[in-house]
Amino acid sequence: MPEKPKIALYWCASCGGCEESVVDLAEGILDVVAAVDILFWPVALDFKKSDVEDLADGELTVTLINGAVRTSEQVEMVRLLRKKSAVVIAYGSCAHMGGIPGLANQFHRTHILRYVYQEAPTVVNENQVYPEIRHSWNGYSVTLPEFHATVRSLDQVIDVDYYLPGCPPTPALLAAAVNALLTGTLPPKGSVLAPDVALCDECARKDSKPENLSFEQYKRPHAIAADPEVCLLAQGLLCMGPATRSGCGALCVEGNMPCTGCFGPTSRVQDQGAKMLSSLAANMSAQTDEDIIETLGGIPDPVGTFYRYGLPVSTLRRYRDTES
Amino acid sequence: MQQSTPAAQEWRPRIIAFFCNWCTYTAADLAGVSRLKYAPNTRIVRVMCSGRIDPQFILDAFVHGADGVLIGGCHPGDCHYTEGNYKTLRRHHLLRRMLMDMGIDERRLRLEWISASEGDKVRDVINGMVTELQTMGPLALNDNMTRFDAELESDLDTYLVTLSTKEVEHA
Ligand code: SF4
Ligand code: SF4
Repeated sequence: MPEKPKIALYWCASCGGCEESVVDLAEGILDVVAAVDILFWPVALDFKKSDVEDLADGELTVTLINGAVRTSEQVEMVRLLRKKSAVVIAYGSCAHMGGIPGLANQFHRTHILRYVYQEAPTVVNENQVYPEIRHSWNGYSVTLPEFHATVRSLDQVIDVDYYLPGCPPTPALLAAAVNALLTGTLPPKGSVLAPDVALCDECARKDSKPENLSFEQYKRPHAIAADPEVCLLAQGLLCMGPATRSGCGALCVEGNMPCTGCFGPTSRVQDQGAKMLSSLAANMSAQTDEDIIETLGGIPDPVGTFYRYGLPVSTLRRYRDTES
Repeated sequence: MQQSTPAAQEWRPRIIAFFCNWCTYTAADLAGVSRLKYAPNTRIVRVMCSGRIDPQFILDAFVHGADGVLIGGCHPGDCHYTEGNYKTLRRHHLLRRMLMDMGIDERRLRLEWISASEGDKVRDVINGMVTELQTMGPLALNDNMTRFDAELESDLDTYLVTLSTKEVEHA
């Protein structure tokens, strides 16, 4: 009997949702566990870094890494895992494009640390204690990972073979990927393991999407009771469907919530945010500066709207170097 | 970006201008034929309609070293394709807001309506933009990218020293 494929799972700057989604394979996970050897999965099983170090280079058949990369520890771990793995899959929006944590690239590192350790309403920090990467006390010395100035997608740090998009990826996509892996039917390196067409294509509301949207107002989901049948864009909600890859089964839209873009753009689009901005703005009915500005007031946070999952991979790439 | 310019030579802002075929490009042509003098810092890209200017082009220009991007189109109502310049106007407003949120001075992106006969306006707009960009200084997004990559490669101690000096400057 041939050896079972060896698998590792690791998380970086992650909310835990991606790890959870693996468990969401439900009873399907038993088949996976039976078919593979899990050699490293810190969130679920007690492995140590040295267990990975002890492996031969390339010994891991595949490693799934979720979360964005921000700390020196994450850089070190993903580099180590890269060395030990034949195939690395960026799992979920954060690893794929920087994800929600990537929105932090709008702020200077100093701001973030100051807010979290001092200014947040629930924080009491009279002595202004901040994390230090090295601290010595009484003859002992301890270290902490460094908090980098920027959040990165996984492929900005290591070579990535495949991307499983989504926040988090759906169990169906994961199962398909695992299956492709086990049967050796993976697409060319660098592929995103989801269809390469826009979400509108698989959306049940597609037929009600008008050719000419002529927005008079942009509305936010909490402010209206959306019609559950009609295209959400046609109702003035900022649905990212036209600028987002399909493959999720339009889950959010089915739940009457607009798509927020977690699958990222299709391969023909370089910058998801610029593309969506372009289409939305073009489709407004206002023609004068004043009217346009008023209508655009319905989009209070363009960066957070158009780059919710992809600021680190956007063209301007997100690195805010000034404090203002 | 190549930094081959000798330090003695003055820095000059680089402008990428997208001009629509029917109005502004013709006006720039007219400015040339009429021998109007304007600052030589602008690289003009002719497009059929200002509505064809994908915001992706503009972001690309900035990351490839442009200090400013100028869009020239037909006056409202005069678009060869009826609506193109209205689309441009709306995109322009939203894009400027977004650039601002990304830490880029929104004055680096400028939209002007210039009809085919307004050769002198081409000259005035370009000269005006050059002067304004000169007061703002280089955008140098590439330097950001270099620092971005350097952070990853530098060993931690050197990195921390540079970071803390920087943070002192910012404090
Ligand atoms: S992709 Fe979504 S679910 Fe996965 S870690 Fe990031 S935020 Fe969480
Ligand atoms: S815009 Fe949204 S709601 Fe409308 S068809 Fe596309 S995905 Fe569906």
